[in-house]
Amino acid sequence: MDKKEIGWDGKSLIEMYEESERLINETGKYYGTDILSLKKKNPFRYERSYASLRGALVSARETALHIAASPIVKEIGELCFALYTPEGDSIVVSTGILVHVHTMSEAIKFMIQQDYEDDPGINPGDIFLNNDPECGNVHTTDVQTIIPIFWRDELIGWAGGVTHQIDTGGITPGHDLVAAIQRFDDGVYYTCRKIGSNDKIWKDHMINARRSVRTPLYWELDEKCRLAGNLMIRDAVLDFIEKEGIDYYKQFIREAIEEGRRIVLKRVKERLIPGRYRAASFFDVPFKKEAWQPKAKVDKVTNEPIEIIIDKDGGLSIDFDGASGPGPNPMNCGKGAMEGGQWVLLTQILIYGDKVNDGAYFAVEKNYPLGTWCNPGDPYLSYQSPWGNLIPAYTGMMKCLSFGLFSRGYREEVVPGYGFTGDAIQGGGIYSSGPLKGDRWALSTFEISGQGLGASAVRDGLDWGYAMWNPESDLGDVETWELFQGGVPYLSRKVKPNTAGHGKYRGGANYAGVAMIANSEDVDFFGAREGMVFHGSGGMHGGYPHGTGYRLIAKNTNFKEIIDNQEEYPLGDPDPSNGEFERLLKGDIIRKPYSSIYPVTLENYDLIHFALSGGPGYGDPLERRLESVKKDLDNGIYTADLVYNVYGVKAEYDEQEKTWSIDENKTIQRREELIKERKEKSLTYEEFWRYERDKITENKLSEPVRRMISESINLSDKWKKLFIEYWELPEDFNLEVN
Amino acid sequence: MPKYDKITLERLIEGELKWEELKPIISGDKDADRFDRILEVLQEKVPWEEKIILPLHEHLHIVAKDGNRIVKCDCGYEFGEYTENWKKKSRIRVRDKIEEIEELYPKDMGCDPEWMEIREYYCPGCFALLEAESVPPGYPLVFNFLPEIDVFYDEWLGKKAPDR
Repeated sequence: MDKKEIGWDGKSLIEMYEESERLINETGKYYGTDILSLKKKNPFRYERSYASLRGALVSARETALHIAASPIVKEIGELCFALYTPEGDSIVVSTGILVHVHTMSEAIKFMIQQDYEDDPGINPGDIFLNNDPECGNVHTTDVQTIIPIFWRDELIGWAGGVTHQIDTGGITPGHDLVAAIQRFDDGVYYTCRKIGSNDKIWKDHMINARRSVRTPLYWELDEKCRLAGNLMIRDAVLDFIEKEGIDYYKQFIREAIEEGRRIVLKRVKERLIPGRYRAASFFDVPFKKEAWQPKAKVDKVTNEPIEIIIDKDGGLSIDFDGASGPGPNPMNCGKGAMEGGQWVLLTQILIYGDKVNDGAYFAVEKNYPLGTWCNPGDPYLSYQSPWGNLIPAYTGMMKCLSFGLFSRGYREEVVPGYGFTGDAIQGGGIYSSGPLKGDRWALSTFEISGQGLGASAVRDGLDWGYAMWNPESDLGDVETWELFQGGVPYLSRKVKPNTAGHGKYRGGANYAGVAMIANSEDVDFFGAREGMVFHGSGGMHGGYPHGTGYRLIAKNTNFKEIIDNQEEYPLGDPDPSNGEFERLLKGDIIRKPYSSIYPVTLENYDLIHFALSGGPGYGDPLERRLESVKKDLDNGIYTADLVYNVYGVKAEYDEQEKTWSIDENKTIQRREELIKERKEKSLTYEEFWRYERDKITENKLSEPVRRMISESINLSDKWKKLFIEYWELPEDFNLEVN
Repeated sequence: MPKYDKITLERLIEGELKWEELKPIISGDKDADRFDRILEVLQEKVPWEEKIILPLHEHLHIVAKDGNRIVKCDCGYEFGEYTENWKKKSRIRVRDKIEEIEELYPKDMGCDPEWMEIREYYCPGCFALLEAESVPPGYPLVFNFLPEIDVFYDEWLGKKAPDR
């Protein structure tokens, strides 16, 4: 029997994809679209078309998450949908966790390149599932459902939905598994797998999926949620075609993406400055003592340098040359993760509010060097938590673009970075008594959706309200988290002092919580965040990076006695050098200067502390207004000792009024002292150069730093040249690393 | 297309706008003449005569001087050609000991100096803190921004730079 192609005008899908690639390469324009003729001919119809499709996607998302989603999806909206061309380019998107719009694009392209049209076949009513980071995803816990949309015999597009799962059956419970070091630790993998037909998920798939994860109910709910949303989108697209005609639809989707591409170029020329931008970001992997697996016992700083070139046409190129190598850790990033991170931030900085689609992807050139953490080229590594590198690395992009925004005069748009969406306390356990005895609970708080945003050049950063991967971030209600992580009731949730990056405008601040283990057995606990290094590329124009994370756990405690006797108990860790845990508890108080830890076993009445992240600051802290400093003190954002050291402000607390007052004379004096200290303790550039160079040549660098430099030198000739020439080192220079 | 008066832009630069005033500026369309207006405001603020070509930093500006384009601080200190990293003309304090880092951050909430240090770049004239760079020891200086000034003026703004 002759096989019928599903592409347009008798073409196969691969032929359509290759033609699309050829046209963008030859013309620089999406599908070679030169004139936006539909927009030109009837702009009202064109805009109405875009709005109606976008409305359909937003509606599908809102409906789907309320009818069938797991608590994590419903509570904070860890869900988004997008409509794609037959070649896999996004046309319109819903609201939600938009980092995944371009990841699903890569998954569709993978299916096309692998000739799914021939085998396993792409038919009306088919359902595909993907969570493979090497084939268009961020990590295995992001699960994508993708369906083809047909008009008569032709494939006219795809609908895709993604949700974030609490657990996908990895080496330990949780969604960002610190202990994963290879693909086989990452949990269940569905690599663009067909899982259903005739709009129905196959029974054997659902049986398999439920037995592959620790939270089968949530998995099943979210499968239904994603499919329901996709079917609603398909219906809306078919209604659209009935109304507007298939020819209009086919031309419209090309023009909408080309317009999206042009909007990026226009915005760049409208808001930035042509030139070369650079920033350096870092992340720590302190696993020498933490890791279980011998080959993972490595301490490492990851180098995440970024260079952005803006050319005369407004084109952007983004280059991670000099990046460190991948490793036996879960922080390796596939292309989908890199593209997703970049896309979601560009939609927030440059192309918000208009045609948000893959036009942004086509407007940017990028280099993710092969063999580095951002393009390992090895599907057998772990990609379970690429966020560890992805999130800090893209602070560099925010900072670079902020230099341009500042110079152009748009100071209100400057944002040098954001807090790491980390300290996601994770793990899980089993209820040991009560009606749920024997059931597993998952520890997977998504309060991480509310981090500190960096300061701008005209105001302080947003407190506890930002996540780079979701423009609509919402940390949700604590009561919801307590429902499905019932073995870890909260004891407190309060503002943590000194989390905000210092500056004339301070970064966003954040809070911390204390929780206890209760009514459970077989409890694992772990977490991840930066700790030995500051997050990302730090502050800007004199602003400092925000405080790092650390780990605080109390084991073998007397907490039961404290409850029985109704005694005072710790509500936080406002001053780590004089801890409430040590003061109020008996037991083993464990502090670690880093935050990323492998799972530990906990017992009932053990306590865990977790601290969310602030954001970086902007400008010289000595220029901060005194009334702002007073407000910081009154609100518990900073403590008086740091305000004295950093802001040069002398303040006294009035016990009766419960408020702080600032001694202006002593403040003037203190600020003069700090300027004097700057003069006395600073070096000339030549003195600095010799001082730093000696650290390299006299073997004063620590092992993780030596490893970082060595990897970058060996992976990039360009970075090697930069390093060697800067420090005037011999051409064959290298650093030995054990 | 909005336009903002000089007082509004002065107050924006000074961080004096209330949220109700700032929010529409953030959310709305951008004022196309912002660059020229900001340049006017900054030129009036600085105590020296050289023409500002491009604002580079909260305190630093690229200015025209004697046929060159140099980086100049509000206070008048001159850092030399803008094509060279101004950090090389600054005074630099390296915080690479735990007690120096704990002056700024509580215990365990700063970097470990074995893994990372803080480099504070000051203007040698006024000792304003111009950048607080956090990098591992031995990391080369980062040259953050090298603008293409003539491309910007000629091709994006459609006019010559003030010194051309």
